[in-house]
Amino acid sequence: MADLSRQYDVLVAGGGNAALCAAIAARRAGASVLVVEGAPKFYRGGNTRHTRNFRCAHDSATETLTGPYSEEEFFDDLLRITGGQTDEVLAKHMIRESKEVLVWLGEQGIRFQPSLGGTLTLGRTNAFFLGGGRAMLNALYRTAEDLGVDVVYDAPVTALDIQDGQFLSASVQFEGKTHNVRARTLVAACGGFESNIEWLKEYWGEAAENFLIRGTRYNRGAVLRMLLDAGVQEVGDPTQCHAVAIDARAPKYDGGIITRLDCVVFGIVVNKNAVRFYDEGEDIWPKRYAIWGRLVAGQPDQIAYIIFDAPSLHLFMPSLFPPVTAGTIRELAQKLGLDPDTLDKTVADFNAAVRPGTFNHADLDDCRTEGLTPPKTHWARKIEKAPFYAYPVRPGITFTYLGVRVNEESRMLMADGKPAANMFAAGEIMAGNVLGRGYAAGIGMTIGSVFGRLAGRGAAKNARN
Amino acid sequence: MRAIDMHTTAAHTTAALTEADRLMVVCNSCRYCEGLCAVFPAMERRRLFNDGDLNYLANLCHSCAACYSDCQFSPPHEFDVNVPRVLAKVRGDSYAAYAWPRAFSGLFARNGLIISMIAALSVALFVIGFVAVRDPSVLFGVHTNPGAFYKLMPHNAMALLFGGVFLYALVAITMSLRAFWRDISRGESVGGMSSIWRAVADAGRLRYLDGGNAGCMNDDDRPTDRRKHYHHATFYGFLLCFASTSVATLYHYLLGREAPYPWYDLPVVLGTIGGIGLVVGPVGLLVAKWRRDPVLVDEPRFGMDVAFIMMLLLTSVTGLLLLVFRATPAMGMLLAVHLGVVFALFLTLPYSKFVHGLYRFLALVQYARESASHDQVADT
Repeated sequence: MADLSRQYDVLVAGGGNAALCAAIAARRAGASVLVVEGAPKFYRGGNTRHTRNFRCAHDSATETLTGPYSEEEFFDDLLRITGGQTDEVLAKHMIRESKEVLVWLGEQGIRFQPSLGGTLTLGRTNAFFLGGGRAMLNALYRTAEDLGVDVVYDAPVTALDIQDGQFLSASVQFEGKTHNVRARTLVAACGGFESNIEWLKEYWGEAAENFLIRGTRYNRGAVLRMLLDAGVQEVGDPTQCHAVAIDARAPKYDGGIITRLDCVVFGIVVNKNAVRFYDEGEDIWPKRYAIWGRLVAGQPDQIAYIIFDAPSLHLFMPSLFPPVTAGTIRELAQKLGLDPDTLDKTVADFNAAVRPGTFNHADLDDCRTEGLTPPKTHWARKIEKAPFYAYPVRPGITFTYLGVRVNEESRMLMADGKPAANMFAAGEIMAGNVLGRGYAAGIGMTIGSVFGRLAGRGAAKNARN
Repeated sequence: MRAIDMHTTAAHTTAALTEADRLMVVCNSCRYCEGLCAVFPAMERRRLFNDGDLNYLANLCHSCAACYSDCQFSPPHEFDVNVPRVLAKVRGDSYAAYAWPRAFSGLFARNGLIISMIAALSVALFVIGFVAVRDPSVLFGVHTNPGAFYKLMPHNAMALLFGGVFLYALVAITMSLRAFWRDISRGESVGGMSSIWRAVADAGRLRYLDGGNAGCMNDDDRPTDRRKHYHHATFYGFLLCFASTSVATLYHYLLGREAPYPWYDLPVVLGTIGGIGLVVGPVGLLVAKWRRDPVLVDEPRFGMDVAFIMMLLLTSVTGLLLLVFRATPAMGMLLAVHLGVVFALFLTLPYSKFVHGLYRFLALVQYARESASHDQVADT
């Protein structure tokens, strides 16, 4: 049973993959550990709830991974997606560790399966959790509890007592009281601030009101703010977040994976003025998937509409909401509240610009437009066969990039560059160290598990000294 | 009213089917559970879920509930995804929907009560029959020689009565299964034996009652294999008892050897081992049923489940008592009670939880067929 009045060796703030890997690693290293999760038990685990795989280097195929993924290839991928915005030493360290962590996760009770339907491209590089992210969390919590890690839910950290880079205690709200929880070391593994609309507004203005948050409402970045205010060095672009275009009808929070739409490349995307604004055929999944959140965020009222016709309906994964359907483009415009004349013209102009080609949605094909601005450079097919379909989309925020800087031990660095005395960080709260921008499937989990384990081991060792 | 308005793919005849359709739309957009069992891969082959598809998926579900504990959208999430419970409802409704003759589908409505009454009545009739027909000196006498049982009830009468009721059950169940198969296979024939063997293997080891190899979710957040083990004891115990009766029938007609048989003879050995399995299994299942988290089950059907388990348990307990006390004056009454229970069990087979195994078996056959063909099921 958790005892908030005693002093623990390690206090872990957070309850997701990074937090639990840290808690388990610290406990296995002999430390007493308390996990304080700000969310209620059902919503425990932050964004881990919605994940499904773990990207990791490995030398050969496994039971569930179809082939090897070398450290070099992983690093090249990371360089490409971040455009070089990564700490090379830390990134290589993470990739090296990820090999061992794949095995270690299995030892903590996590079960893997071959890649899921519709994600074949990841079958070699990413280990999929059997049952998804919540199954992974359940396994981690069971293991942690078996080992004697104490866990409390609905227990947000409201203040940190940090003096000269030394953590002393945390104020934790629990069962209607504020507890002063003391611990020899702190592991901060409680994510970014994507659910904190007020904070997002600092960078995005009123547009942030129209953002949908893909994870729970509990990812508010409170501890991140406290750490930065206490003089921990900042890393990552505070203005940036990972945003994809998701169904505009999704709930404000926690719509998860099922509201995503993979159909941008099959049609055109128009804004509320019924005009196109970007090349829908620029690049292939998953890149094409990840740019559209930001693009829609830049449009008036942060809304856009993906418009396509009958032949494309079953070319992509089904999603939660049905498309808006109509017999003509004008009727579709009416149903969407767009100007029928403008949408009709937009579609007609697009259709007139489409050149003949051989359609292949699995590759960058030669179906493109000519003389159209903006162009559609691949997968351009005329939108002409009724019924016509539309999905309204809004920016869906997955995570934020702002975080605290850490070293190879996953120990926080203070603004002056000195290592913190007893504070470690893992997961999204420090992801900006290796992921300065962009995203690759499963890399958030790599960061969480690898740095979580490092932080837990480091904190346990630190507590003993 | 849900905060989020979500859609279904087809119109349905019941609220449970409508809700199952809604859930399949959610699950088909997620697919995280596809490695847990057969239901989700079968779902992924479809985008349209009509009543037949949902009855198929519901009977394919073994209620291990791994998908519930793994789901990020289960209650209290506003998407309110509870696949085990909703499919249990649809499954229970499907037993009634396919019952033959249709007029008897109402027997599934208050199944616990109805089965208990039929059982009580059947036992009473056998006891009264024995008392009315047999002299007390015969009824409460000690009979140990071959043919002892038939001093109380002539073998031919017994064979006729039980053969008759068994035949009726067979016909009724066959008719139900035909209707079910037509719906779930969209009118196609079973095809080759390979799908059937696949289904026999999957059913025989309860492949999908294991939460994707971790065990089932029962009363807390730790999976166990208890229900699978108890189910094995019940099922194989039942088969052994059935084998015992079959061997005894062959003994009687082919070898002219009459029951009771000595303890080491095949019918008694099979019956004893089977009977023990049929005590341990149902008791374990009953305890598990009482303990199970109510959120995972279709509570109104508790009575149906318990009634069937109790019938199996009574069959084995009365059978074993008969074995133990067959050389005492209690034999006559025990025989009446045992025969009464078995008669009621046979009579109610088509209208009890017994059918779950057969529908599930056909669903597994269909799953094997689909998996072998790799074809996307056409959207109609």
